[in-house]
Amino acid sequence: MAEESFLRIKDLDLRFYTYEGVVEALDKVKLSIKDGETLGVVGETGCGKSVTGLSELNLIPPPGKIEGGRILLYKNEKWVNLLRQRDAYLRNVRGNDISMIFQDPKSALNPVYTVRQQIAEAIMHHRLEELCQILLDESKNAIESLKKGGLSDREKAAAEKSVLNKREKRMLERMLEDPSNPIVRIASKIPGLNRFKKRFNNKVTTEVVRMLRDMRIPDPERVADMYPHELSGGMAQRVVIAMALSCNPNLLIADEPTTNLDVTVQLQILTLIKDLKKQYGMTIQYITHDMGVVADMCDRVAVMYAGNVVELAEVMEIFKNPLHPYTRALLECIPRPGTEFKSIEGFVPSLISPPKGCRFNDRCPFAMDKCTRQKPEFVTAKKDHQVLCHLYAGETR
Amino acid sequence: MSFLLELDDLKKYYTLTGGLLRRKVGAVKAVDGVSISVRKGETFGLVGESGCGKTTLAKTTLRLINPNSGNILFDVPDEAKERIRTLQREKKGGFELRSLRRQWDLAVFRGRRLREMRRKMQLVYQDPTRSLNPRMLVKDILLEPLAVQNIAKGTAALQRVSEMLQKVGLGERHLYRYPHEFSGGQRQRIAIARALITTPRLVFLDEPTSSVDVSVRAQLLNLFQVLRKDFDLTYVYISHDLSVVECIADRVGVMYLGKIVELAQTPELYARPLHPYSIALFSAIPIPDPTVKRKRVVLSGEVPSPVNPPAGCRFHPRCESSMQVCQTQEPKLVDVGNGHFVACHLFSK
Repeated sequence: MAEESFLRIKDLDLRFYTYEGVVEALDKVKLSIKDGETLGVVGETGCGKSVTGLSELNLIPPPGKIEGGRILLYKNEKWVNLLRQRDAYLRNVRGNDISMIFQDPKSALNPVYTVRQQIAEAIMHHRLEELCQILLDESKNAIESLKKGGLSDREKAAAEKSVLNKREKRMLERMLEDPSNPIVRIASKIPGLNRFKKRFNNKVTTEVVRMLRDMRIPDPERVADMYPHELSGGMAQRVVIAMALSCNPNLLIADEPTTNLDVTVQLQILTLIKDLKKQYGMTIQYITHDMGVVADMCDRVAVMYAGNVVELAEVMEIFKNPLHPYTRALLECIPRPGTEFKSIEGFVPSLISPPKGCRFNDRCPFAMDKCTRQKPEFVTAKKDHQVLCHLYAGETR
Repeated sequence: MSFLLELDDLKKYYTLTGGLLRRKVGAVKAVDGVSISVRKGETFGLVGESGCGKTTLAKTTLRLINPNSGNILFDVPDEAKERIRTLQREKKGGFELRSLRRQWDLAVFRGRRLREMRRKMQLVYQDPTRSLNPRMLVKDILLEPLAVQNIAKGTAALQRVSEMLQKVGLGERHLYRYPHEFSGGQRQRIAIARALITTPRLVFLDEPTSSVDVSVRAQLLNLFQVLRKDFDLTYVYISHDLSVVECIADRVGVMYLGKIVELAQTPELYARPLHPYSIALFSAIPIPDPTVKRKRVVLSGEVPSPVNPPAGCRFHPRCESSMQVCQTQEPKLVDVGNGHFVACHLFSK
């Protein structure tokens, strides 16, 4: 099982140092994500779903601090602890390996840049070499086919267009070697010399439009030049997804991507994410509070409560055979016609002073003496079904 | 069957102005000819996507916004209703109609009469964080309606306030606190208490549970049920959360672009939606059960702008079973039996 996973979170502790006190937002979170799966992370507001996603990118804003644990990413055939890497390394990981879609697409987009500029930024940062190489290769192929001859007028014109002159070629080669080369940077500002840059930008734009078309956006050329305020909610979410996928990440963290959208638009986006998963072959960590979406999208589910992962199992198992009392209560909260609405007694505890022992003990109908004293272990109750509860620890049974 | 509230062809257009002279250049047809009747004691669900005019309809009915045309008949004797409608249909009876409407039609009320009517109809807003004044104590928030409506004063008023707080599951200890000291669910309880303190007969609930978590949502929904029995209330429950509406509403109306496209008893509508839009809408509800596999209708495109809605049936550009007639002629809301109304050419003969 461990071999299949490519991202593992081990005993992650996260605290926020606020004026009111220290918020223990995550407490020994363990999670592993398997290659190619969709892992659902569910829980109520403030249970630590989103910060788990942010920690994986090491993007926790101050006053938050990761105090312990490891986040291991399988990269270049070895395990890398993301928490101990330098910023430059992490910048490479973000986007290329792990990418994130944020909850509110309207606030995730910068209002003063067009869609094209915002998606291009990610592409320019992560895929510069790749695009330079493509331009050089195109030129080479065009020269060869022109030499061979036998082209129609149209093909000939197209081929001639993609032939680079000597200066452009040298500049692109320089850019390929070192994007921050001062000669390249200066030359890209000088009229006449900056034609290589224009070619490069055109290439990026076609790439952006291709991404938008992949998102099933009608008329992508027009949308590319729009500002975020001109887009509807569903459209803005598609743009955010395009941005996240523009560098072909292995893992996509989707943080409640459809929460603010209407059901019909939600269905459009969910269908899109499913299709894109097949097309791009990525792994998805889907953060949500909607059990209906989980049932529809996910292969495995991690249920979180007050900074703990309390249960982790296959989606069928979670719905048919929930073990943790919180998971059961959460599933009972789903309204069903003809029955009374059930709710969970009490409130989510404040994480400044969480309950001792099991964090669910004050609301749990099965609470035992032990639950208030001792922290439960994350035990494997059955095959592929782990739960954080004393009820299932070997010695009590 | 007695109706508490009836809306006849209610319209609300927001004018768009433009140019140097601020001339009228168009109108947002937010509510465009809605006729619904709400029975005494029932919960009427109103569903639809954002921007379809649900909230505008609620606000217009309460006269927080003035309608462009249409009747709002709230608690009107049947004879008066009949008379108004006959006169309007026959387009005559200038003076009689005017005096009748002035007496009964909420759409033309003014001043004191309007205030008296508002006492009987209340609205609970979507986001309690924004609908409660952050600088007022809970006590003052709840006393204000009593003072405005001249219901009670002094200690009697305070007595009523603490009784009301207990009814919604809060207590006297919460009287001298500010809204920010409460959790989202508690804040919504305060908003409900504020609405109910004038002992209204009809309460509009405008997405009251959209800003709270699932476990709190269930508590609030239970509270609504209890209060409905205690105060003998009639609810109009506006929501885009279709699974909640299924559980709470007796009848449901589906809105699309300012119009009611389908209206039926809840079990009937959820089991057998007829309008193509309703079919797509209900198939898009995520079902929390991974074993259920069903055919889902993914709508293409987006909701058109209500500034110039499509001619004919407003849904036709996105409709799978669109016909020639849909592009030109607007379908009427017709009864297909069993109190099931639908506005679609597929079902009008």
